[in-house]
Amino acid sequence: MAKELLKGNNAMAEAAIRAGCEAYFGYPITPQTELLEHMAARMPELGRAFVQAESEVAAINMVYGTACTGKRVMTSSSSPGVSLMTEGLSYIAGTEVPMVLIDVMRGGPGLGNIAPAQGDYNQMVRGGGHGDYKSIVLAPASVQEAIDLTVLAFDLAEKYRAIAVVLADGSLGQMMEPAELPEMQPLRKGTPDWAITGEPGRPRRLLTSIYLQPEAEETTNIRLQRRWLDVEANEVRYQETYLDDADIALVAFGTAGRVALSAVRQARAEGIKVGLFRPISLSPFPVAQIRQLASRVRSLLVVEMNAGQMLDDVKLAAQGACPVEFYGRMGGVVPLPDEVLAEILRVSTHPTADLNGHTRAAWLDRLEAGRGGN
Amino acid sequence: MLTTDIQNAKVVYERPEGFTDLTTHYCPGCTHGTAHRLVAETLDEMGLREHSIGVASVGCSVFSYNYFDMDFVQAAHGRAPAMATGIKRVFPDRAVFTYQGDGDLASIGMAEIMHAAGRGENITVIFINNAIYGMTGGQMAPTTLPGMKTTSSPNGRDVETQGYPLRMAEILATLDAVSYSVRRSLHDPANIRKAKKAIRTAFEAQRRGLGFSMVELLSSCPTNWGMTPLDSLAFIEQKMVPAFPLGDYKVVDAVKSMKMKEG
Repeated sequence: MAKELLKGNNAMAEAAIRAGCEAYFGYPITPQTELLEHMAARMPELGRAFVQAESEVAAINMVYGTACTGKRVMTSSSSPGVSLMTEGLSYIAGTEVPMVLIDVMRGGPGLGNIAPAQGDYNQMVRGGGHGDYKSIVLAPASVQEAIDLTVLAFDLAEKYRAIAVVLADGSLGQMMEPAELPEMQPLRKGTPDWAITGEPGRPRRLLTSIYLQPEAEETTNIRLQRRWLDVEANEVRYQETYLDDADIALVAFGTAGRVALSAVRQARAEGIKVGLFRPISLSPFPVAQIRQLASRVRSLLVVEMNAGQMLDDVKLAAQGACPVEFYGRMGGVVPLPDEVLAEILRVSTHPTADLNGHTRAAWLDRLEAGRGGN
Repeated sequence: MLTTDIQNAKVVYERPEGFTDLTTHYCPGCTHGTAHRLVAETLDEMGLREHSIGVASVGCSVFSYNYFDMDFVQAAHGRAPAMATGIKRVFPDRAVFTYQGDGDLASIGMAEIMHAAGRGENITVIFINNAIYGMTGGQMAPTTLPGMKTTSSPNGRDVETQGYPLRMAEILATLDAVSYSVRRSLHDPANIRKAKKAIRTAFEAQRRGLGFSMVELLSSCPTNWGMTPLDSLAFIEQKMVPAFPLGDYKVVDAVKSMKMKEG
């Protein structure tokens, strides 16, 4: 297929359709609404299910219903809406049925605003809902990657009977870029051997997330944890740029990774040996790769559009092998490449020696000084 | 000596095929067992048992999936109509039903039931109204009668601060896409037979694609009402029926004109 000029939200919706998504349930919320609108037009014309639910709570439970039938199903939302879905996500994880969620993140907390942000990292990567479960979380940095990861999300969700999240943000949802959509996949015939289908002539099937005996619930938990070890072993994805000879490595995902790459290129032009490590799978997190990276660079600089949610995971992975610095903007403010460049220059000229310093306190001091009287 | 003629004996009462072999966990005198049986018998008679998908709710009926011999899922509290929507939309030829109590359907799940009905989802809802939260031990429900004592209205439901019971059969009947919304009671054999007929009508409406159908069943909760089973049945008749009048609140013409084969 040829490249087309595509808006992120529409591109992800169409990618899901071509990946064989048979049912979509959602609720309008900016900045993801075009995704729902695309589905509203396309799913009925293909004879597939589309319902604009009465709330995100209902939407995720409709997803839960279809997920139990083994058919490919998804929803999409943005941060406050995703908060409402976390109850359902926990049930879906506990029932071990596959689904895809696209979260087009916006500024928060609370009602926040509709500007791009990355404040849902903890909510998605750390679980969100109650109990011990993990979701696969994939973070695109371009419209093309958003398309590719949406298709991948359906495959991974099915493979691991898990929730797969495409964690985008308002800028990825709203921007237009040339990108190429995949071919339309034929819908799968047949359903998995666990699916609730009301099919005559076989023993009845049951899907539930309640196990009243603690030992039985623990058995389920063990199964989930074992399966997650497989995910960690097989599904780590990341991109490295200019890291071969780097003294400083930036670590950034999604849109922040894209901004960071611009800053890295500018710094390289000024002769600074800096590179970028961009985690694509935030969960499973590229722990071993970051550990190895931390052992060969002088400093890591984490850049995020939040208050350092991935920062904690980078520090855990680095295990103190090198200082970990942080620069972030919050509340829907997207950092400019020049701001990130200034941070690279600072780290390169004043290497931090103190591993025990308060990373966030120092960052907040610099951030507030930089904002002046705002 | 009394002898029994086994050869010519006729089975007049047996376990429905739609039931598993398990004994229910319900308290003695609770009418959940009766309601379960009516649903199972109906699906048997309609030949739908193996083409059905049940959606269990949260409350005492959380384990209803153990007792019906058919595919089942277990919904989150109040979300059964949303989950049923997700199933029915991709398996429109299956008989999809929810089985919900009053806390589940009329309190935490009010949005889901109203909008599933408003969309005319072609599902059947069996609504057990016993005016109390059973599973958590007898708290006030949205259908608790004025003055009725519960563990969370220890001095009796005070309508000044705790409002009035919600009449779901009447409320749902106001929605255009609802094909069938009725209330029956399980307090005596005659009413149980009427309830069975209503459940059959609801599933027949679904089978014909006529849209949302709901049967509200006035039920007992001897344990949390603090009554004997018999007194509980009398309470339904004397207290609940006046507050929740039995009747057909909506039966669209297409349902009225259905010709049902007697099972």
